[in-house]
Amino acid sequence: MNPPATFSELVWLARWPLLYGLGTTVAISLLAIIGGTVLGTLLGLVLTYGSRASRFGARLYTDFVRGTPVLVLVLASFYILGVAGLDLSAFQAGVLALTVFCSSHVGEVTRGALQSIHKGQGEAAKAIGLTFSQSFRHVLGPQALRLALPALINTAVEMVKASTLLSVIGVAELLLRTQEVISRTFQSLEFYLLAGFLYFAVNYAIERLGRYVERRTSLA
Amino acid sequence: MHGNLLEIHGLHKRYGSVEVLKGVDCNVAHGEVISIIGSSGSGKTTMLRCVNMLEEFEGGTIRIDGEEIGYATAGGERRRKPEKEIARQRALTGMAFQQFNLFPHMTALQNVTLGLRLVKKMSREESQALGETWLDRVGLLSRKDHYPSGLSGGQQQRVAIARAIAMSPRLMLFDEVTSALDPELVAEVLQVVRSLADDGMTMLLVTHEMRFAYEVSSRVIFMNQGRIGEEGNPKMMFASPKTERLAEFLKSSRFD
Ligand SMILES: Nc1ncnc2c1ncn2[C@@H]1O[C@H](COP(=O)(O)OP(=O)(O)OP(=O)(O)O)[C@@H](O)[C@H]1O
Ligand SMILES: [Mg+2]
Repeated sequence: MNPPATFSELVWLARWPLLYGLGTTVAISLLAIIGGTVLGTLLGLVLTYGSRASRFGARLYTDFVRGTPVLVLVLASFYILGVAGLDLSAFQAGVLALTVFCSSHVGEVTRGALQSIHKGQGEAAKAIGLTFSQSFRHVLGPQALRLALPALINTAVEMVKASTLLSVIGVAELLLRTQEVISRTFQSLEFYLLAGFLYFAVNYAIERLGRYVERRTSLA
Repeated sequence: MHGNLLEIHGLHKRYGSVEVLKGVDCNVAHGEVISIIGSSGSGKTTMLRCVNMLEEFEGGTIRIDGEEIGYATAGGERRRKPEKEIARQRALTGMAFQQFNLFPHMTALQNVTLGLRLVKKMSREESQALGETWLDRVGLLSRKDHYPSGLSGGQQQRVAIARAIAMSPRLMLFDEVTSALDPELVAEVLQVVRSLADDGMTMLLVTHEMRFAYEVSSRVIFMNQGRIGEEGNPKMMFASPKTERLAEFLKSSRFD
């Protein structure tokens, strides 16, 4: 008879499912953060500088999404869009839901940052003949980014945590893979701790990256 | 050159239901230095801001070298020009603000070169050379790599003036450029403005510095409740005001 396997042997045996799970978690988070940041920045611009009607629309979207639990967004994206004829895989539906969720937060953060920049900054940019897009890219954007960075890093970390909800619709991300491994090995405490450590590592990396950008963009 | 550099005709501007400019007419010839004085709320800042389209206005026309600024009137219909066109027209004028409004995330030199690169499409080398020339003109070449937070108010304002003037505008607008400064820093900024005037730069300057207005202006405009109350050469105006309002205003102003 084989002696009972040690935990490290079990981890070694489960390395591929766990690594795939980790990869999937990172992929989901990355896609949602990138998509959500692009969409959210546009949303923030509309919320700050848009016409009355477009501001109203953007505000409605933002408040609606922010007022909805993420799990509901994930389930709705998976089940309702399917019924509506949009045939998305669980992975796609999940990423879509998280992107929407992320965009509403980034939109609000961006609006807050842009509105706290002194009005004279945009006027000085206009006065030397910059177009709005030049002004945003060189004057308003960099200042807004500096102001928004801590909140943006926070949002990114929240996205990684929220990615665990995709396990509910069967996306084989880190949490679901961990649960599968546990159902075979019965070592729940150890493997949950391992998963917890891996989530922490990802978020720690995000925070370090954020600090680095913060240092790079801060004034000399 | 012939004709007027700036022609303001029948300028009307309201904020909501409050009419702030009630029909301003003003012609400025090339090389003129015009001081705009008047009590608080009389519309001095608003007038300058209309000239470079930082404010929209409902009535009247503003022309620079004959070109209508901000709006096009065709077939009796008045339309705001496209943003790109307005951006180009804004570069015809330079503006210095009461609060300097330097870009805090850029060095003094970067503040000056930004417009040169993006609007004038100069190369990096060209823009830096010109930027340094102007920083030198305002006495701040040695501070070119400083950020605004590391400069005094007077120095910031001089950089801001260099930033505007480096774009070689046809007209400079100064809005109370010394009002936010500690008294001991006023002179260095006025010195820069004066040297630009001596160079023949056409300028409109809103100021509370009566002595300075008296000394540098070829003409003074007294704004009163959204209209030009009185205008003329400074010596005549200050010595013998024609209107009661100007006499009162001068009496309440400090000359020092
Ligand atoms: N953004 C605004 N919204 C509403 N009212 C405004 C706005 N800006 C200026 N005003 C009003 O317009 C009038 C003219 O203001 P303006 O700033 O042109 O005066 P000013 O002559 O420059 O005064 P000061 O000497 O105090 O700078 C004032 O009554 C002011 O309250
Ligand atoms: Mg004013």
